[in-house]
Amino acid sequence: MNDQHDFLFFKFSNVRRMIMSEKEVLVKLRGINKQYGTNQVVKDLNLDIYKGEFLTLLGPSGCGKTTTLRMIAGFETPSSGEMTINGEDLINKEPFDRNINTVFQSYALFPHMSIYDNIAFGLKMKNMKKADIKPKVEEILELVQLTGFGGRFPHQLSGGQRQRIAIARALVNNPQVLLLDEPLGALDLKLRKQMQVELKRMQKKLGITFVYVTHDQEEALTMSDRIVVMNSGYLEQLGTPDEIYEKPRTKFVATFIGETNLFEATIAQVDEDEVLLNFETGCMRGLGKDFELDEIVYASVRPEKMNFGSSNFYKPSMPAVVKEHIYIGSIVKCIAMLPNGQEVKIQRLSGEPLPKPNEVINLYWEPEDATIMHSREDTLFSLIENVNLGGAYDDSK
Amino acid sequence: MIFMHNTRPDRTRPHLIGTLFACSIYLFLFLPIFVVILNSFNANKTKPYATFKGFTFEWYIKLFDNPALLSSFGNTLLVAFASTVLSVLIGTLAAVGMHRYKFKGKSAIDALLYIPVVIPEIILGISLLSVFAWVSIPRGLITLILSHVAFSTPFVIFTLRARLSGYDLTFEEAAMDLGANRIKTFAYVTLPLILPGILSGGLLAFTLSIDDVIISYFVNGTVKTFPLKVMESIKSGVAPDVNALSTLILLGTTGIVLLTQSGLFKSEAKS
Repeated sequence: MNDQHDFLFFKFSNVRRMIMSEKEVLVKLRGINKQYGTNQVVKDLNLDIYKGEFLTLLGPSGCGKTTTLRMIAGFETPSSGEMTINGEDLINKEPFDRNINTVFQSYALFPHMSIYDNIAFGLKMKNMKKADIKPKVEEILELVQLTGFGGRFPHQLSGGQRQRIAIARALVNNPQVLLLDEPLGALDLKLRKQMQVELKRMQKKLGITFVYVTHDQEEALTMSDRIVVMNSGYLEQLGTPDEIYEKPRTKFVATFIGETNLFEATIAQVDEDEVLLNFETGCMRGLGKDFELDEIVYASVRPEKMNFGSSNFYKPSMPAVVKEHIYIGSIVKCIAMLPNGQEVKIQRLSGEPLPKPNEVINLYWEPEDATIMHSREDTLFSLIENVNLGGAYDDSK
Repeated sequence: MIFMHNTRPDRTRPHLIGTLFACSIYLFLFLPIFVVILNSFNANKTKPYATFKGFTFEWYIKLFDNPALLSSFGNTLLVAFASTVLSVLIGTLAAVGMHRYKFKGKSAIDALLYIPVVIPEIILGISLLSVFAWVSIPRGLITLILSHVAFSTPFVIFTLRARLSGYDLTFEEAAMDLGANRIKTFAYVTLPLILPGILSGGLLAFTLSIDDVIISYFVNGTVKTFPLKVMESIKSGVAPDVNALSTLILLGTTGIVLLTQSGLFKSEAKS
């Protein structure tokens, strides 16, 4: 049983390695800047987009992700930098000369044309024969599961149907890159989840490169092969969903993607690949290289990686008081407070034993579960001097 | 509770006073038109043709024997068509340009557009006359058309800009994204989408031109348009053949209104 498991794992990792080595750069962005007057929206962006991948540009509104997408589409011209597709210059090409199609956030289906004419538009512009257009339109309508809708008009369709037509209208042109600008933003939650799965399925089936813009981190984590996290014009981190989630490189990424507990600390000791961290309320260990003694860092620990104190006294831990439990269906969140007033989130599956509110506990984490990041601060902000602890610690017996 | 409910007026049924009020307003609006129609069938041949003396088609027959009146109507139509085409062309370009681009002095240009609209027509008439005299264009059909273009273009721009304010430029981006160059984008996407606005702007320009008296009076030279001819003839009471032509025009315009209402511009409601 165990052997088989190991064998399968070996096989999968092999397959994965094969896929990795086949990566071929399709779109190359080098030193891209975009400025509107004095407002710099995109700052020195370097990015390789691989053939056939699902790449997501993720970030809060105003981070420059949509501008980046519009530059690839050709609606905006970079203020400086280079952009190529298959090695050919892209910047000086008009949007109608690029083999790149866009799914707009508002869908932008032509209201005066039938669904058939909407989808056929791109092919007509390429002067394709009418007889050749028809089967293509029908094929793509089948792909988005709207066979027989060709005669209707956009205003006769529901939001979800319009969304599929917008995707069909772009995909029918067989683009080198499909750009999607928050295409699911206007749909309700249930439909959005369904479309996420469908989009991913379509992308895999067609093997077309998708560049997807969203501010929804969950959407990004579910669908993407790689995620580009952007913040105020900068590329913060580029990586696979698990890299982004498990090994955030900056404080922004750690807090923007998923929930986390963020602590400020100083490096108290540097070992080979482990560091000892000095927190305001205790000492803990974490993995990390390239840190200096006494450097101020952030430590990020996901709520599900937080553990309640064990009887193992060899493990360093931090004392805390349990404040409340929050039940969220299959999981329970436990909020505990450190002596300096900082709240810590601990996540457990429902049914697992949890300490009761007002109980004093010890918290710890495994060194490999803490992500240590350089901080740009030069003084440690002391919470303990700035917080009123209330009666929490007096009540504890 | 029940008592309070009963005191509330029934909002689904019209009130008697309200009905009377509405009827009197419609009477006030339509009585003069009715009188014109009635008088066009009036057999009374003595000036000022005030009392009704039997039914006749005589004036309609006579109308077609009055070449001056008919040619004035021809002039009116010519001027209206020419000025409509020109003002729609200029107005469309202006409105699309102003919607699409941001440039310095845009708000000033916007505000200046209102001046030809709010300025008293008589002043516009005088100023146009002075300009034509200054650049020595002989007064006639050309000056009439130019003047009508001058006062109707702002109206075309206003109608179109109102239409364009709800127009999403993303449609054009989508067209270009799908491989349409700028000309094709305009032909296949922009133009069909703004066409209802262009048509209603054109209709407005046309009606403004057809009944203009004051400005035409200054710049017409020897050319008589229909309104000018009517003005001339009413010095001795409204001639019955004028009534007859008015009735025919009325029939025509009512026809156009009915056509537009019955869905000629259906796409306007759709998008």
